[in-house]
Amino acid sequence: MANPNGVGASVRRLEDPRFLTGRGNYTDDFKRPNMTHLVHVRSPYPHALVKGIDASAALAAPGVVAVLTGADMEADKVGSLPCGWQIHSKDGSPMKEPGHFPLARGRVRYVGDAVAVVIAETKDQARDAAELVVVDYEELPAVTASTRAVTAEAPQVHDEAPGNLCYDWHLGDKAAVDAAFAQAAHVATIDLVNNRLVPNAMEPRAALGEYDPSNGEYTLTTTSQNPHVIRLLMGAFVLGIPEHKLRVVAPDVGGGFGSKIFHYGEEAVVTWAAKKIGRPVKWTADRSESFLTDAHGRDHVSHAEMAMDQDGHFLALRVSTLANLGAYLSTFAPSIPTYLYATLLAGQYKTPAIYAEVKAVFTNTAPVDAYRGAGRPEACYLIERLVDIAAGVAGLDRAEIRRRNFVPASAMPYQTPVALQYDSGDFAKNLDIALPLVDYDGFAARKAASKAKGKLRGIGFSTYIEACGIAPSNVAGALGARAGLYECAEVRFHPTGSVTVFTGSHSHGQGHETTFAQLVAERFGVPIENVEIVHGDTSKIPFGMGTYGSRSLAVGGSALVKAMDKVERKAKKIAAHMLEAAETDIEVKDGRFTVAGTDKSLGIGDIALQAYVPHNFPLDELEPGLDEQAFYDPKNFTYPNGCHVCEVEIDPETGVTQVVAFSAVDDFGNVINPLIVEGQVHGGIVQGIGQALLENCVYDDESGQLLTGSFMDYCMPRADDVPSFTVRYHEDQPCTHNPLGVKGCGEAGTIGASAATMNAVVDALSAFGVTHLDMPATPEKVWRAIQNATPALAAE
Amino acid sequence: MYAFTYQRPSTLADAVAAAQAEDAKLLGGGQTLLPTLKQRLAQPSALVDLSGVAEMKGINAVDGGLEVGAFTRHSEVAHSDLVKATIPALASLAEGIGDRQVRNMGTLGGSIANADPSADYPSAVVALKATVTTDRRTIAGDDFFTGMFETALEPGEIVKSVRFSTPDKAAYAKFRNPASRYAIVGVFVAKYGAEVRVAVTGAAGSVFRVPAFEAALEANFAAEALNGLSVSADDLNADLHASADYRAHLVTVMAKRAVEAAG
Repeated sequence: MANPNGVGASVRRLEDPRFLTGRGNYTDDFKRPNMTHLVHVRSPYPHALVKGIDASAALAAPGVVAVLTGADMEADKVGSLPCGWQIHSKDGSPMKEPGHFPLARGRVRYVGDAVAVVIAETKDQARDAAELVVVDYEELPAVTASTRAVTAEAPQVHDEAPGNLCYDWHLGDKAAVDAAFAQAAHVATIDLVNNRLVPNAMEPRAALGEYDPSNGEYTLTTTSQNPHVIRLLMGAFVLGIPEHKLRVVAPDVGGGFGSKIFHYGEEAVVTWAAKKIGRPVKWTADRSESFLTDAHGRDHVSHAEMAMDQDGHFLALRVSTLANLGAYLSTFAPSIPTYLYATLLAGQYKTPAIYAEVKAVFTNTAPVDAYRGAGRPEACYLIERLVDIAAGVAGLDRAEIRRRNFVPASAMPYQTPVALQYDSGDFAKNLDIALPLVDYDGFAARKAASKAKGKLRGIGFSTYIEACGIAPSNVAGALGARAGLYECAEVRFHPTGSVTVFTGSHSHGQGHETTFAQLVAERFGVPIENVEIVHGDTSKIPFGMGTYGSRSLAVGGSALVKAMDKVERKAKKIAAHMLEAAETDIEVKDGRFTVAGTDKSLGIGDIALQAYVPHNFPLDELEPGLDEQAFYDPKNFTYPNGCHVCEVEIDPETGVTQVVAFSAVDDFGNVINPLIVEGQVHGGIVQGIGQALLENCVYDDESGQLLTGSFMDYCMPRADDVPSFTVRYHEDQPCTHNPLGVKGCGEAGTIGASAATMNAVVDALSAFGVTHLDMPATPEKVWRAIQNATPALAAE
Repeated sequence: MYAFTYQRPSTLADAVAAAQAEDAKLLGGGQTLLPTLKQRLAQPSALVDLSGVAEMKGINAVDGGLEVGAFTRHSEVAHSDLVKATIPALASLAEGIGDRQVRNMGTLGGSIANADPSADYPSAVVALKATVTTDRRTIAGDDFFTGMFETALEPGEIVKSVRFSTPDKAAYAKFRNPASRYAIVGVFVAKYGAEVRVAVTGAAGSVFRVPAFEAALEANFAAEALNGLSVSADDLNADLHASADYRAHLVTVMAKRAVEAAG
């Protein structure tokens, strides 16, 4: 009998009652005896020399315990925040990797760069005193736009990175691409900007540092997506604390979207300061600080060209991208516009030759790193916009040009010209499901009805593919990753049959406590409420690489399966012993261990009890206990894919775009919990629509100031900005190389939605001769596009 | 926020007395002041919370219109059967302010005394021939707003209530900032017999009337009467969300929509 809470069941999230009733336990909720509060003094200038810091007034202020600066950290030999990925330029030289210190040393490079910290008895006292710290700045010229950063006259952000260039990298076969272009019947081109975004997790970043002088142990409680990685980076590279003396806890975390993957300076500062002052130190960002200092996302400027034959078959793709990395290299920054971007430029298409060049530059802005999708939304947006333009150039319907160029399911596994090998996928099937779902044939009638109301209607597709669960470790290492990308799990059966799972994945909204418990319930037939999922604590979990890149289920879940395999093997031995049968005669189904051909059987609960009460075990053959650990290193990435279709209505008088329908047909491989998957897709689509229509992080290139530093100007999508979504998935193309057949669903919505939305907007405006608009398609931008239309077209 | 003393008087007279303190600030619904305090952009010595002053509350029918207490929350105006029956455009304006949380806290008096150029209520005060009653006098709505964040109020003067005149027809059309949901442009159109008033908020430093629109609508109260008419972009606001000429364009569009909604 199938477990009602097993695989495929829409189990309501077990963690939600805790969150919905305000009982979540977030970093800022932790209070320690004798705890102090830390506030940062941050640079108001985008670029300046720090000539001196006078802390005397601050030190004399009520409640102040200490004022610490970069010089204090330098004196204590605190290191630079390490970068986790090294890219090599075309010429073979390694990327430029300037120092990135938790507190600035002599020079600040973006508005919000930390200069000093004030530690006081209360947060208000620390804030009051922070205003009394006098910093003597000598302003330097600054640059925030990547396009200006590469010009000869641009200010230099780092002395060691001439021309502000971090690296000049490429991928693919340039000669083959050039040859294909020479033969092309049609060429489609596009210039586009992938707008910079602020992640805006609901919970701001926070960190609590503690030091116990009795045993020399440090504890960092932090808003992290991967506590073990923080322990490794901070312990080994920044503060010089060995792992056995450093515990990192990431408790309940209120959203990350990538921004909490990275090791931030504040984590090192509170940990270091806790020892220095001999008291616990807590820092919690306010929302303004989050805007200024959370690693931002996207910020690409690209030019792309597609060569086609007479019939619209893609022959070659050529892409040139300028990526803004901000003032310093965040943990995974260099990998985002390279191995998570250019490798996805094949999209769903069998384009035989692809060549991509990426220049990554430093600017006087907050660091830029992974943000939900991380490189893949940028790739998808570029290809899918270009394909729409290609359809126009070749005179083909936009669904047809996609179908004509899809990699067929029969070609799987398919080696792309940009390093990846797709394991599975039936792209035409996604489209076949989507077209009737959205009533594509009825669009003309809907457009006419909109026109009768004075509105412009457009429909847009995005047939996306992405790569999740970065893998395998040896390939990632060859591409520059300085870490392995496996995952760890431990399954511990307790004597009375309940189970604790320790996972190196981390849940900050994804629902691991439910999905992972379903896997255990399914495998061993235990009630789901008897399964506890533990994550986010380096003192409990053997090791972990954390959660990002939609890897939790594909990699972490697979590690869990491996650990369950080991538990089952051990349980089988115990069952054989107890049932006095040969191990080879034991059959296992739904957690029951039966001697083949008999009615003699044991449940996993009976076996667990015997494992811990081994009164007659043959101890030289069988160890007591039922607790197994496994590490899983994937064989390949997984490749979620799908077809998003967006329909918009535009008010030409005001330029307001309304998304009136949005449908997603996705292939995530096998689905464990459809309810959670649907929720992930919904949230992802909203973020994608947000980028397309609303969100934009703007720095003023003259002053270097962040102009969109609050929700008054940075437009987060709200529930009433989006319609109800139609979400479908199919499970016909399970991942071929992991035991669960799962592909990951966390980022797909965001990856597909921006392109579908913008394709719909441009389609609605096509009557005015518009072929492209940069995101976000704000009302004024849309209105202007209509105003600037060819008069003859506008009159139609 | 910085430290301050806090008082919650129960009479207008006590509130006026408390407001005499140096650097005292009056607290209405706090929807502008509290975020400002939290960001340490203001440092009042004292906050005088007006929420306990009974004589500043309530919505009453008066001869020729409605009297709305200054400490009436936007949600109360939006949901008032009396307002919906008498001046539905005013209820509709209140229902479109900010979001639910803002409407449940923000007050009429706080909004007009703050005189944010993007606030909605100033357009109603001007278009609906309002008079503003304070602790010491009445001020014509036309004279109340004097500039960006500036009003005719004297230091320490407290708005007690606002009296709106019932129009024959009226409507408010707002083009909101998608992020803040303040008005990028809001146009309130009201018709009183042969007289038409068109008051625009959001577009410039302060609410303003558009005589050319009013004349055209007095001749023909129909959206098409505004065809070809526009305001100059010269003195209009420009920011990340809307340039001055886009705002100028929106003034005409929103005015037409208000006329259509007014029926």
